[in-house]
Amino acid sequence: MKLTGAEIFVESLKKEGVQHIFGYPGGVVLPIFDALYNQKDIKVILPRHEQGAVHMADGYARSTGKVGVALATSGPGATNTVTGLATAFMDSIPIVVFTGQVPTPMIGVDAFQEADIVGITRPCTKYNYLVKNVNDLAYIIKEAFYIASKGRPGPVLIDLPRDVIASKTDFYYPPTVSLRSYNPNYIGNRWQIKKAAEAIKKAKHPVIYAGGGCILSNASEELKELAELTDIPVTLTLMGLGAFPGEHNLFLGMLGMHGTYTANMAIHNSDMIIAIGARFDDRVTGRVKDFAPNAKIIHIDIDPTSIRKSVHVDIPIVGDVKLVLIDLIKELKALTETNEVIDEARKQWKKLITQWKKEHPLTYEYSKDVIKPQFVVEKIYELTKGEAIISTEVGQNQMWAAQFYKFNKPRHWLSSGGLGTMGYGFPAALGAKVANPDKLVITIAGDGSIQMNIQELATAVVEQLDVKVAILNNCCLGMVRQWQELFYGERYSSSLLCEIPDFVKVAEAYGAVGLRAVKPSEVEPVIKEALKIKRPVFMDFKVDMFEKVYPMVPAGAAINEMILPEKKEKKEKLKAIK
Amino acid sequence: MTHILSLLVENKFGVLSRVAGLFSGRGFNIESISIAPTLDPSVSQMTIITSGDDRVIEQITKQLNKTIDVIKVSDFSDQDYILREVALIKVSARGADREEALRITNIFRAKIIDSSPTTYTIEVTGDEKKIEAIVNLLRPLGIKELVRSGPIAILREEKNK
Repeated sequence: MKLTGAEIFVESLKKEGVQHIFGYPGGVVLPIFDALYNQKDIKVILPRHEQGAVHMADGYARSTGKVGVALATSGPGATNTVTGLATAFMDSIPIVVFTGQVPTPMIGVDAFQEADIVGITRPCTKYNYLVKNVNDLAYIIKEAFYIASKGRPGPVLIDLPRDVIASKTDFYYPPTVSLRSYNPNYIGNRWQIKKAAEAIKKAKHPVIYAGGGCILSNASEELKELAELTDIPVTLTLMGLGAFPGEHNLFLGMLGMHGTYTANMAIHNSDMIIAIGARFDDRVTGRVKDFAPNAKIIHIDIDPTSIRKSVHVDIPIVGDVKLVLIDLIKELKALTETNEVIDEARKQWKKLITQWKKEHPLTYEYSKDVIKPQFVVEKIYELTKGEAIISTEVGQNQMWAAQFYKFNKPRHWLSSGGLGTMGYGFPAALGAKVANPDKLVITIAGDGSIQMNIQELATAVVEQLDVKVAILNNCCLGMVRQWQELFYGERYSSSLLCEIPDFVKVAEAYGAVGLRAVKPSEVEPVIKEALKIKRPVFMDFKVDMFEKVYPMVPAGAAINEMILPEKKEKKEKLKAIK
Repeated sequence: MTHILSLLVENKFGVLSRVAGLFSGRGFNIESISIAPTLDPSVSQMTIITSGDDRVIEQITKQLNKTIDVIKVSDFSDQDYILREVALIKVSARGADREEALRITNIFRAKIIDSSPTTYTIEVTGDEKKIEAIVNLLRPLGIKELVRSGPIAILREEKNK
């Protein structure tokens, strides 16, 4: 029996085990939506903006490890997916996005709702396709899921012209795919791993620096085993949070621009950095020239381009993080020799780290009169026992969430690390909730970024996705304001949001629940109530506008040159800014 | 330092733009690029002349290898290779200049492939230096048009096998 392209689309996704699609209809993709209407295996979730659809697919993928799927129409529908694709691309998230396209004979004539989306998204997808013949469709879908999820994962886009969707052919879904031009290396080189094990044994001041690759490769167990076996402290990147237990005594906290004092000092003073599934991003290294001046670097990554991109690496190991760690642990266990000098040096190193932890913990000044945003995050952590899936927007809210919520499990932290996409967090949380209906999902947002995809509240209400949004409402673009205060002479250019809108009323207008806390004493009751309600809730926390994220490594500084919280910063509070 | 990269890529639409986009998107230099199908019509061969320090070249090579559609990347620079470029030069040739143009063509073992009462079109093959040399000699006669293919390269076989 011959199937139409639209039917092949549906059948292929079923073969891939897809259960949810985040899709927004439009002219040329109507046959696909019609084919989806006639089946029961795949549920279609209607976002209120195509960008939301892609972030939802992304949150779905991050929280499960499965490939997320989004669908949009041609032209503006397709161009609206670009930010979502770029977000997933920077953070290596496996998603497949389908877009409609005008019929093949009309491509290139500036037809209605035509956009060269394959050209537009070439630099922000791992790969993309324009399907020119319905006979290729099933194979391309198979290949797309393969490319999205294998090696270093990433987003793949498939552009489907209207005539390809409508024409018919025999359906055959290939069971496997092989690409001569894409064969990622999974097993690390044995000699390199041996060399790494020996170097680790000899290190006096070692640190493990682990990133999102540990989560993508499901390597948390191995990471923990490595750290405990060698007794080496661990710092995580923003993307790596949850890969190592946040409450573990070997955990130093996040490193980088807003990392902990201990993590940054440990990296700076180390003689051996074991980088695992991390890419030495500029937010992590600070001024590259002065990054960890005395450290030898072992770098484990599945993507060879990540190695020696920004810093020199002494022992590169290309391979899947999980598999390499298994081999590395084996090698380390075989090395039983002990060395007193090194043992003593390690003891001193741990002492120094304990001292840093004690002298400069993450901190803020609690106030009885005004809600501190960090206090809200702490309370959320306390009341959810660290069990919730937390998504964030971008800016101060993101950093405070990263600093004050301790993640003990992987795939519970959804945040746009690479691209830094405001508007990511809320739709990503909805995607995660679709994938994890029994889990508590909370977005920590700012009053600026929540407005970038606030329309998805409609999706939450209609689809009954009971996601809680904690808005740290400081009436400004907090991180921008912080930079302006510190580096632009307190000239608050275009960063004040003037307490607009009333988020409680917005929530109610959409049919969700809106709660508000103005005083610190109201924070806990509001969170408790929100957790009780089985509907989407906006919690509007009126927080201290002047609060800043510390520690902070200013742009262009080395990571040991941190600005630490001022003890008293009352003077500027006298200045009325509104 | 200049590097000569020889690539085997899938012969599909969009491949050239993927490779070119990689260079422009990451701020790498392209001095020249040429592409044509190989014996296997599903594979194309691409010669790219680029420049950069060792770190940049390492990134370029890795990024190219990572690009889906790129099957193989070889850097010829430290190896024994032959590099050739074709240039088509339309030069004005009247009176005594006709004789001079012919002489230069012969010296460089080039060919005249088209002739009009006032011009010659000369085809010359060689490395960049040779092409620059003939261009310099022909320039006084008046070059009306110059088209260069950009270099292509191939490795020499080992002689003492």
